[in-house]
Amino acid sequence: MSAFNAIDGGREVDRNDYTPGIEPQPTWCPGCGDFSVLKALKGASAELGKSPDEILLTTGIGCSGKLNSYFESYGFHTIHGRSLPIARAAKLANPGLEVVAAGGDGDGYGIGGNHFMHTARENHDMTYIVFNNEIFGLTKGQTSPTSPKGHKSKTQPSGSAKDPIRPLSLSLTSGASYIARTAAVNPNQAQEIIVEAMEHDGFAHIDFLTQCPTWNKDARQYVPYVDIQESDDYDFDVTDRREAMDMMAETEDVLHEGTVLTGRFYVDEDRPSYQEEKQAIGELPEQPLAERYFDDSYEWERSADQFLDKHK
Amino acid sequence: MTDDELIWRIAGGSGDGIASTSQNFAKALMRSGLNVFTHRHYPSRIRGGHTYTEIRASSEPVTSRGDGYNFLLALGDSFARNPQEGAYYENEEIKPLSENLDELREGGVIVYDSGLLDASEIEDFDERVEANNWHVYDIDLRSMARDVGREVMRNTAGVGVTCAIAGIDTEYVEDLMTDAMPEKILEPNLEILERAYNHVVDEYDADAPDVTAPTGEHDEEQVLLSGSDAIAYGAIDEGCRFIAGYPMTPWTEVFTILSQNFPKIGGVSEQVEDEIAAAALAIGASHAGVKAMSGSSGGGFALMSEPLGLAEMTETPVVLIEAMRAGPSTGMPTKTEQGDLEHVLYTSQGDSHRVVFAPGTVSEAYDQTRQAFRIAYEYQVPSIILYDQKIGGELVNVPASHFDREPNPDLGSVLTEAELETAPHAETGKYQRFQHDVEDGVSPRSIPGQENGRFLATGNEHTPEGHIAETPENRVAQMNRRLQKAEAIRADLDSREESHQTYHGDDEAEYGLITFGSQQGTVEEAVDVLADQGYSVKSLGVSDLMPYPKEEVSAFLDSVDEALVIEMNASAQFRGLTQKELGRYGEKLSSLLKYNGNPFEPADIVEGFKTTIIKGDELPGQETTFVPAAGD
Repeated sequence: MSAFNAIDGGREVDRNDYTPGIEPQPTWCPGCGDFSVLKALKGASAELGKSPDEILLTTGIGCSGKLNSYFESYGFHTIHGRSLPIARAAKLANPGLEVVAAGGDGDGYGIGGNHFMHTARENHDMTYIVFNNEIFGLTKGQTSPTSPKGHKSKTQPSGSAKDPIRPLSLSLTSGASYIARTAAVNPNQAQEIIVEAMEHDGFAHIDFLTQCPTWNKDARQYVPYVDIQESDDYDFDVTDRREAMDMMAETEDVLHEGTVLTGRFYVDEDRPSYQEEKQAIGELPEQPLAERYFDDSYEWERSADQFLDKHK
Repeated sequence: MTDDELIWRIAGGSGDGIASTSQNFAKALMRSGLNVFTHRHYPSRIRGGHTYTEIRASSEPVTSRGDGYNFLLALGDSFARNPQEGAYYENEEIKPLSENLDELREGGVIVYDSGLLDASEIEDFDERVEANNWHVYDIDLRSMARDVGREVMRNTAGVGVTCAIAGIDTEYVEDLMTDAMPEKILEPNLEILERAYNHVVDEYDADAPDVTAPTGEHDEEQVLLSGSDAIAYGAIDEGCRFIAGYPMTPWTEVFTILSQNFPKIGGVSEQVEDEIAAAALAIGASHAGVKAMSGSSGGGFALMSEPLGLAEMTETPVVLIEAMRAGPSTGMPTKTEQGDLEHVLYTSQGDSHRVVFAPGTVSEAYDQTRQAFRIAYEYQVPSIILYDQKIGGELVNVPASHFDREPNPDLGSVLTEAELETAPHAETGKYQRFQHDVEDGVSPRSIPGQENGRFLATGNEHTPEGHIAETPENRVAQMNRRLQKAEAIRADLDSREESHQTYHGDDEAEYGLITFGSQQGTVEEAVDVLADQGYSVKSLGVSDLMPYPKEEVSAFLDSVDEALVIEMNASAQFRGLTQKELGRYGEKLSSLLKYNGNPFEPADIVEGFKTTIIKGDELPGQETTFVPAAGD
């Protein structure tokens, strides 16, 4: 018997179940792209029939981190850049949880970049949504890792001398097994992609273009956008690493020229998740660890019986 | 200290098998009925560089390294760099012999491998031998090993020679080799052991007035463990099944032990990208309902500062261990120090509320690790075990029965789904996981995946159900509740039968020695030596650093005229903490500090006490530093 009956409990849910009564009205600025992430996440969770009690949503710090306040589930609003290591340990502790991590582009590609690379490399079975608005919003408009070269801000008064991060290429190189980009202005595609990401058995990374109407007025609103799966102009095999790499490179090149390419860029359904890899080498128990602490019949091992002989 | 003891030092180069040979020999001596205690000295190098391990063996209990030693087995550094003119490292090969002469007691034994070492390269060697009445055995151990097996087996030859000289039955050594070695290398090793033993018996005068090993008998079965073993086993017995870490000397030992043992008992070990991730993973696993830990040494622990604060703010139980080494920065990676005390107590922004224990012995390391987990999970705070290279690596014998305890996998203050049904919820359906008015400040938590348990954990200040809030009323209520736990934890610890503080010596003594953590055993030995010399001294070893045991330390300090605070750092951090916590005794507390990379020897303390406290003189050398009482 499980101590966690919310997991696969088969409860009937609709999108309103993810709206917290206390703060149903988010405080994001009017026109902010973050609303679309919230809406798409609610829609995807309802579509998959996930109960709010079986979802663990971890976030970082920034406007994106407020997602936890506006989405009803178990939540862990962590510290800047650290949503991924907390999320992946929770998944190892209790693989039944539906684990979603979210954060901004500074959070995920800047201060937490090391965790991003390694979580992708390990291919943890979880979804990671990066709110990419090419700016630091909550601290009022500084240049971020995805800001285009030449971007002027209070901290880069002469314009940034740095090329922006290439988030999709970085993700692929690091080892993510599902990589997509969507945009706030494209709600149907966004929900479809989040559903696919949550269903994917491995690390699913979504670079979610979220326009910032307050601090990034100069930036485009990511319209018009092109869905690369729908468009006849783009023909590549989404399961082929090399073709995906070329598609990503082109997408990253043209973003700041005004062409917004979205869709699935890489999907590898064959690569085992980290959990499966770890179980295969005998380093992760079959029964979720978290269940063991509620299992009264479990015989806890003692060091005196297991390990003391070699010290005698 | 007893007159009847063997302090055997095996010296060679890194990579020469000094650690494994000494570990086996220590175990052989333990099995023969002796009490043993080891002390390691090694460089931060993979191959080459002078390293030694000292084994002190006695029929009496031993709690410290000794003052000097009486038996040297010098193997030579087989990975030494070639001596070059002007190189600061000079002739490395000879160092296992030349560098160990200063501390060898009068009448001591020197065995050296004449196949590798030429004593005539050492200035005044023969004169020093004569002046100190040392007994020298120059034996070609290398050839002896090579003739039967391989050169690396010269360690075995050295052990055989030691047994013959010190009168130790080789039976215990043979048994251990049989247990530990594969057939192929066992046979030549056994033969080398025998040949080396017989060589001494045949070639040397059996009645020479050499160092003889004592004999003893144990009342009950003993096990030989290090502080790192004890911490790992304490964690296992308290139900910890998750560890995340990043390698760093000397914390790597605990990480390694648990990484190797966890798969056998269904635990999970994660080696991750950095220490920020390591601490965050431990927090994530604990949040999801698993007893979890992480740890590091100074520099790595610095990276854990922010997650540590997150654990405090979200009241996520977690155990972190910090293995100190000499700092600042990279410092001296393999040398011991107690300089991270203030770092561990206060790091991370805001008012800290955490638990810090510094065990004083290997068995305390086991006990206090268990307590650290219990407290962390019952009170939902981070607990830290603060130890160092010394206690982590020293091997001592402990009765096996000490570990014959019931496991405690209890998750502490956690509700079940059934309990959550009737627990207080906000109107919105969120569980009130951070209630204002609760006993001892502890508001029970739910675990993700439980029905009706959802809440928001956040590093921001928050309402009872976890929503971000900055109202003054809620802020004060939540801060007060979290800080209130420290009082409850202190009361909990004070109410237990066994205090974590350790007292030694005559209750009525006039003077006190006070220390924390790993120097406890050495301070106790100094108390015994001083008492033998007619001084009225007792000691207190403090383990609880936060919350501080005010009553116990005050009572101790009230009972003495003056106290000398012994610690291994340069700025008297523990004395500072004591004065801060107690707000007085500034007139009574002076400090004896050592920060040259080596732990205190009993004589450092004995002489330091007599010179400064009794005579009021200055200390003669640079080994230790005296800081007089400063007032309140």
